[in-house]
Amino acid sequence: MENLIGLLVLVPLLGAGVLLCGGRRLDRSGPWVGTGLAAVSFVLGVWLFADMLGRKGDNRALDVTVFSWVPVGGFRADVGFHLDQLSMTFVLLITGVGSLIHLYSVGYMAHDERPRRFFGYLNLFLAAMLLLVLADNYLLLYAGWEGVGLASYLLIGFWQHKPSAATAAKKAFLVNRVGDMGLSIAIMVMFTTFGTFSFAPVLAHADQAGEGKLTAIGLLLLLGACGKSAQVPLQSWLGDAMEGPTPVSALIHAATMVTAGVYLITRSSAIFNGAPDAQTAVVTVGAVTLLFGAIVGCAKDDIKKALAGSTMSQIGYMILAAGLGPVGYVFAIMHLVTHGFFKAGLFLGAGSVMHGMNDEVDMRRYGGLRSYMPVTFWTFGLGYLAIIGFPGLSGFFSKDKIIEAAFAKGGTEGWILGAAALLGAAITAYYMTRVMLLTFFGEKRWQPTVSDSGSAAEDGNLPHPHESPKTMTIPMILLAVGSVFAGGLFSINSAFLKWLEPVTGHAEGHSPVGAGQVTAATMVVLVIGAAVAWQQYGRSPVPVTAPRGTLLTRAARRDLLQDDFNHVVLVRGGEHLTRSLVYVDHKLVDGVVNGTAASVGGLSGRMRRLQNGFARSYAVSMFGGAAVLIAATLLMRAV
Amino acid sequence: MSHPASVQAVHAAQTVHSLWTSVAAEAPRKIPGPHIEYAQLSPTLIVLGAAVLGVLVEAFLPRRARHISQVVLAVVGLAASFAAVVALAADGYATDKAHIAAMGALAVDGPALFLQGVIILVSLVAVFTFAERRLDPAAHGRPVDSFVAEGAAVPGGDAERRAVKAGLTTTEVFPVLLFAVAGMLVFPAANDLLTLFVALEVFSLPLYVLCGLARRQRLLSQEAAVKYFLLGAFSSAFLLFGIALLYGYAGTVTYAGIAEVVGGTTPTVDPALASTMGNDVLLLTGGAMVLMGLLFKVGAVPFHMWTPDVYQGAPTPVTGFMAAATKVAAFGALLRLLYVVLPGMRWDWRPVMWGVAIVTMLIGAVVAVTQTDVKRLLAYSSIAHAGFILAGVIAVTPDGVSSVLFYLAAYSFVTLGAFAVVTLVRDAGGEATHLSKWAGLGRRSPLVAAVFAVFLLAFAGIPLTSGFAGKFAVFKAAAQGGAAPLVVVGVLASAIAAFFYIRVIVLMFFSEPKAEGPTVAVPSPLTSTAIAIGVAVTVVLGVAPQYFLDLAGQAGTFVR
Repeated sequence: MENLIGLLVLVPLLGAGVLLCGGRRLDRSGPWVGTGLAAVSFVLGVWLFADMLGRKGDNRALDVTVFSWVPVGGFRADVGFHLDQLSMTFVLLITGVGSLIHLYSVGYMAHDERPRRFFGYLNLFLAAMLLLVLADNYLLLYAGWEGVGLASYLLIGFWQHKPSAATAAKKAFLVNRVGDMGLSIAIMVMFTTFGTFSFAPVLAHADQAGEGKLTAIGLLLLLGACGKSAQVPLQSWLGDAMEGPTPVSALIHAATMVTAGVYLITRSSAIFNGAPDAQTAVVTVGAVTLLFGAIVGCAKDDIKKALAGSTMSQIGYMILAAGLGPVGYVFAIMHLVTHGFFKAGLFLGAGSVMHGMNDEVDMRRYGGLRSYMPVTFWTFGLGYLAIIGFPGLSGFFSKDKIIEAAFAKGGTEGWILGAAALLGAAITAYYMTRVMLLTFFGEKRWQPTVSDSGSAAEDGNLPHPHESPKTMTIPMILLAVGSVFAGGLFSINSAFLKWLEPVTGHAEGHSPVGAGQVTAATMVVLVIGAAVAWQQYGRSPVPVTAPRGTLLTRAARRDLLQDDFNHVVLVRGGEHLTRSLVYVDHKLVDGVVNGTAASVGGLSGRMRRLQNGFARSYAVSMFGGAAVLIAATLLMRAV
Repeated sequence: MSHPASVQAVHAAQTVHSLWTSVAAEAPRKIPGPHIEYAQLSPTLIVLGAAVLGVLVEAFLPRRARHISQVVLAVVGLAASFAAVVALAADGYATDKAHIAAMGALAVDGPALFLQGVIILVSLVAVFTFAERRLDPAAHGRPVDSFVAEGAAVPGGDAERRAVKAGLTTTEVFPVLLFAVAGMLVFPAANDLLTLFVALEVFSLPLYVLCGLARRQRLLSQEAAVKYFLLGAFSSAFLLFGIALLYGYAGTVTYAGIAEVVGGTTPTVDPALASTMGNDVLLLTGGAMVLMGLLFKVGAVPFHMWTPDVYQGAPTPVTGFMAAATKVAAFGALLRLLYVVLPGMRWDWRPVMWGVAIVTMLIGAVVAVTQTDVKRLLAYSSIAHAGFILAGVIAVTPDGVSSVLFYLAAYSFVTLGAFAVVTLVRDAGGEATHLSKWAGLGRRSPLVAAVFAVFLLAFAGIPLTSGFAGKFAVFKAAAQGGAAPLVVVGVLASAIAAFFYIRVIVLMFFSEPKAEGPTVAVPSPLTSTAIAIGVAVTVVLGVAPQYFLDLAGQAGTFVR
């Protein structure tokens, strides 16, 4: 059984190697090879899952050390895997949703020139993500973490001939580097504190380290999590990352990469439990981001960017829950899984719409698509109901629990967090209803697309929306099924709670507000949000060009000025810093260096004159040297 | 009258008889012959034998057959000698069977065998460069090497012209080389001061001769030889006088005997020396003078002045041999002297050696910065390296010995290879040693330039070359031996040295080649082999130094 764990990572890695190095022979079969290998790893995951279910609660974790990676003195890094309920959950999500997205990509990328490379990158991404969640120490986790960063860079910039895609890839990579620094420093601090970075000893001895150390490690881990999970203040890359092909958006923003931060915090629960200050920082980041993302999502007309804002917001919910401690870990992961289903479904639906609409992304140019693309409409619609938390669907169960847990935090803090979570639910209902209405309802606002040659044809280029091929609709249907039932299944008999509790621990919160009241309040804000959206976009006609809008709308369209902020503070500041450093380098450092060099040269020139070629002078120098040598030796004794 | 006479005669006969019988009674008293362990001295004896055979070859073989026979003789002799060294080391003479042979004259121990092995291998490679006959254009249809047609002929005179026309070559260089090698083999093994002095002269005199035998620029070559001889004789005088003073101090010239007196256990006092024995002024003065003689040979400041002139003037193959092998032998002798004879007075010589090491490193590196001639540049580089090695010598720990042994092995092959490359770059006047002519060499002959770059990087101590491993070992030993400030100076000097090494690389690869630049001659397999061995040793000792470090570590104990 243990050997299968390594295989789980190896299979997609092999796929990446074969596809990226295989050459043109694999151009035609490549997509299916990639998809097949993803499916193989999913089957392996299911097998391991079945095996794990066969064992009892505390015995479910499997550990395997494959080989010693970097043994240097007291420093020991092994390649070892740890498969417990938490990583199992991620494995199933990553390989399951990942395989569906592979399948979808077969159709979506059918007309692309380099599908082989695309699937190679996808497999690489899977391998890195599996390494991340299966590692049994922080260093190996970091390797997976970086691998994910690399793969996402390659995938976001897959259409690198578009300058916007190349820029977006670079931006994602750079912003992620900031977070990566946090994680790497956290690992170093961990090593100096505990002398190891394996999960088991670090987490077991976390309570023996001082709270200050734990807070430092926790904050650094949070910085890392912010980078990968696009949380404030490192959120700016996510919206631009929509430049990648849509399956990439689904894979990165739904199932995998952005959830890495949640995994990291949940995995390090022992550290955060001992550092209340770090936990406060985590919940603050989560609450701010869930509102931030929701507000941005309201203002975007680009369907994928609206969904990206939504992702940011939903991950904010998870981070918030994870920051609440044992009350929230299980629900963070549960929301993560249900979100994996419905957000992947929504992205794939958006991709399907774009596929039918000549790659148009502006929702103001959609409208009335429900009868043209029925499968897309229904699957997207179910995803929509799930994300806003419609009773009975997946999102309802998980989000409701998080809001409840936020109130249960207690005190003023609890009220603030609960209110923020509720407000977020209202805004979610608003922006998702808006997306739904703009895309599938109302009159047709289709516009002729500008062809590549730059001339807008009169009406010859009007889109002819059509349903997507089977390879694309089947994954959408399967994901919709997950979106509907996953949350309910998990909640029957608190199945998910019992499954995960041995790993993360769980504590019941004492909410000042009753569970029923929270649910009722959620329903009310949900209805209000949806109603406002219907009032704005359902009852009145939608202009094709966006109105000027209020100040807030305009700010939200610009991602709440995040890029402006980064530009003014970081870019300009950085430029000034580098310029002044260059100045110092030129004047001071170069001055010292050149001065030293010049003086050595001058000295050399003067000293070589002693070498005048006369044997007599040489003899004198030797005689003098011998005299000094003897005198010095005698002097040493005298002293 | 006859009676007394007859009585007297009888008496005399009786006296004679009794003398005879008394002598016969006292006999059998034999003069004790010295006990010589021939097998253990075989490396030196083989080389000496080959040298003597070489002289006979010169005398009896026809001119045409001499070159090839001399080369074969030298190669076979050196190879046999190396085999003898390996056999002795394998037999345990480097470790547990180490002892002092030949009535206390020579040590057979780890450092001696290690250094002898290095000297023999280096000399073997040097023989290849000596034997190279394809670089110079043939004179009157006969291939010629780097050596003069007839050494005794006046430069530019009629005799020389006739000798060149007759196609003469100086094949005597091979036996002369072998004599020098024999002296060098004895030098680091010498266990008494007189043997040390004899060995010094045995290898110095052939070197003086070799230096004056360049085929091109003969006046420069002869000037170098004369300077080397004069200054060498001057330093020998100091050495010899130092030996005399030490004898006056200890009443013996053996290392062990002197060490005993230094250590305070004076055995019997020789009545003739009663007034001087145990006088520390004699010890200190004599020790300093002997040190000076050895420092002259390693080229340490302020006894280095001969180095650039001699390196430049000598035929380049000789320069390579001298720079590599002499340094190994001289440092071996220095190590033995300091570790075996003078450990008891290390508080006296260490500060002085600190000073010598510091000025040697700094002056070697600084003056090299403004050199414009490749051979002079390498000469100053060798001075700086002597300083680095001195830093290891000063450590006075077993690690210090082994690091110096390793450094010497690494450095000697780099040096030999570098000078071999210098012989390849030529223009109409022979070797083009002015640096300006090397500009753009990397574009014309990328391979030769790349090989030279490898050697330069090794000199500079860049990782993955033997230079780095050696420098690291030496500095580590010095720091652990309590000479951390010396290491700081060493690193600074290395930084300065890196400048002029890298500058040559920049010059070769990033400058425009000159229109009338030198050409790179295509050598015979001999020089190619020499250079290839140099590169191989440089890279192997750089990439996987551990085995050789261990070897040097095992060989790091002196027998006393």
